[in-house]
Amino acid sequence: MIRAGARILLEVKGLRAKVAGVEILKGIDLTVRAGEVHAVMGPNGSGKSTFAKALAGHPAYAISGGTAAYDGSDLFALAPEQRARAGLFLGFQYPVEIPGVSNSAFLRLAYNTVQAERGKDELDPLEFDDYLREKMKLLDIDASFLDRAVNDGFSGGEKKRNEILQMALLEPRLAILDETDSGLDIDALRVVASGINHLITPDNAVVLVTHYQRMLNYIVPDFVHVMEGGRIVKTGGKALAEELEARGYDWVRAAA
Amino acid sequence: MNSTVTATHPYIDALLKGYEAPRGGASWLNARRAHALERANALTVPTTRDEEWRFTDISPLMRVPFRRATGVARPAMAEVARFVAPEAVVRLTFVDGVFAPELSATAGLPYGVVVSPLVAALDTHAAVIEPQLARHAGFEREVFAALNTAHLRDGAFVWIARNQKCPTPVQLLYLSTQNEAAAYPRCLAIVEAGAECTLIEDYAGLGENVYFTDAVTEIAVGEGARVRHVRVQREAGGAFHIGHCAVVVAKDAHYVSHAIALGARISRHNLQVVQQGEGVEVRMDGLALISGRQLADTHTLMDHARPNGTSKQLHKCIAGGAAHAVFNGRIVVRPGSQLTDSSQQSRNLLLSDKAHVDTKPQLEIFADDVKCSHGATVGQLDAEQLFYLRSRGLPEGKARNLLTYAFGAEVIDRIPVPSLVEQLEKTVLAQTQSLPLGKGEGVRA
Repeated sequence: MIRAGARILLEVKGLRAKVAGVEILKGIDLTVRAGEVHAVMGPNGSGKSTFAKALAGHPAYAISGGTAAYDGSDLFALAPEQRARAGLFLGFQYPVEIPGVSNSAFLRLAYNTVQAERGKDELDPLEFDDYLREKMKLLDIDASFLDRAVNDGFSGGEKKRNEILQMALLEPRLAILDETDSGLDIDALRVVASGINHLITPDNAVVLVTHYQRMLNYIVPDFVHVMEGGRIVKTGGKALAEELEARGYDWVRAAA
Repeated sequence: MNSTVTATHPYIDALLKGYEAPRGGASWLNARRAHALERANALTVPTTRDEEWRFTDISPLMRVPFRRATGVARPAMAEVARFVAPEAVVRLTFVDGVFAPELSATAGLPYGVVVSPLVAALDTHAAVIEPQLARHAGFEREVFAALNTAHLRDGAFVWIARNQKCPTPVQLLYLSTQNEAAAYPRCLAIVEAGAECTLIEDYAGLGENVYFTDAVTEIAVGEGARVRHVRVQREAGGAFHIGHCAVVVAKDAHYVSHAIALGARISRHNLQVVQQGEGVEVRMDGLALISGRQLADTHTLMDHARPNGTSKQLHKCIAGGAAHAVFNGRIVVRPGSQLTDSSQQSRNLLLSDKAHVDTKPQLEIFADDVKCSHGATVGQLDAEQLFYLRSRGLPEGKARNLLTYAFGAEVIDRIPVPSLVEQLEKTVLAQTQSLPLGKGEGVRA
């Protein structure tokens, strides 16, 4: 939902970032206001995932230029955990497996950490369990999910559901979802997309990073940005995604 | 009679000072003790020039003039309570190597289950004990096993008769309370054909003393029997601990070992399992969690002396500070031991630049139709796992602790005694939480 006067949650200007000394992001500008859904699209290697991880603070990505303001303050002055506690959420393209840590304990730890930051009461295991099960219904997740280790042995679809479950628990103000649609079959995609739609409010914003248009059939973006060579080369509305789907990324490349 | 033989090594001589030959007692046992004494006198304290001790320098042990513990006031039950596993209705407690009946519980054992001090059992079960005691833990070339055997006076005796099942775990608690004292804990467990038992051996110190524990355990697992053996070494930080455990496993029997090493300045655990019949299943889990200047050495031997045996081993080390972990996992498949299925994994986590691990698989395979795998990894915490946790709001220190804990939890969670799992989990958490933060605390992405 585009509202001209809405609060600016993220303002990125001229962002440059390097991985292992190689510059991948070459000057990105992006403004995200509360209530908006943005789609960042682009071919493989265009820098979409790098952009997402750099915003979340992945240590392998070195910021080499530009600025990013999150809710008015310098995003890059914050450690990854501080960003998370301030309400920034990264949905991983490849959620990490952590054997030895139960999913339920992990979810509770993450939830309580963020709650404490917001000055709210932590939940004990029983209270949390009730809250969690409610959120799990939203994503059609089986109870056995909780006893397993974090993402350990999960199918691709289960991992993605677990990501969105975390988003549902943490209630971020800005969610950056990196290729959440990849590895999902059509039914799972519908469930996950409907889960995300449930979580969108006028006070938060979502940036969907995706290669394909298909997720945008379920989650309608206000803005579509196309990345190429580490820059945003084109910005439009929902129609741009459809045009991309029909004409391919070569069309943007030619137009850029 | 005092020892009149002079040991070739002054240190062994010192440890044998005041050695008193047992008065009375069975002649077979006296003969074994005398033989062990002879060996202890002939052997020298190993140095890093000995292949078996290449990575483990025990010379600090020789700077302390240990004497045999003397009888002093016993700890109160309240001091000991924290080591007690409530699941274990049966418990023998030894204080500085001496049986402490007031800290033990032996009531309510079913028929066919005996848990008692060895001294008492020698009167009643000599026929069962004689073929086994000091027969499995070889002391010909092991000076510390020889010392223990030479000092053998009392110890723990566990006997589960044929087809009997010990309904609760049996806990053997070996406590050390004296400074500069040496204790020689001893255990003989005989689990007869078709019988079952869970045995917990727990070595701990009361107070921050410098002492020496030289332990020997022998376990005979009868045909088709099942033994689960939990060994927790949580000695005081300044202690020295050298333990030998020799296990013989008969046809179709199962033996599972969970060995946890947390304490002591320098510790060494030798676990030797010999497959004496076909169809045996052995599992060996190990975890060493050390920091500061601790050294924990685990040497295991799985001897597939018969065909159709399965052995699975997972040994993990978590070393912080300037700690040094050593693992040597020897697997022998004897000629004719076909269809052996053996796997060994050594996983090591280094939490600081100064921590250090030496891990060495040692496979000696003399049969051709066998499956033997082994692997070893040494590493630091996984950067992607760390970032994942941080991206969910966990501070770096907390994330590191959680990952460290999870690494150890894989071994701890398999221990079949819930209270011990809980206790050990807390210990691991406490120990990991006190770790200094690693590098990479930087704020910029």
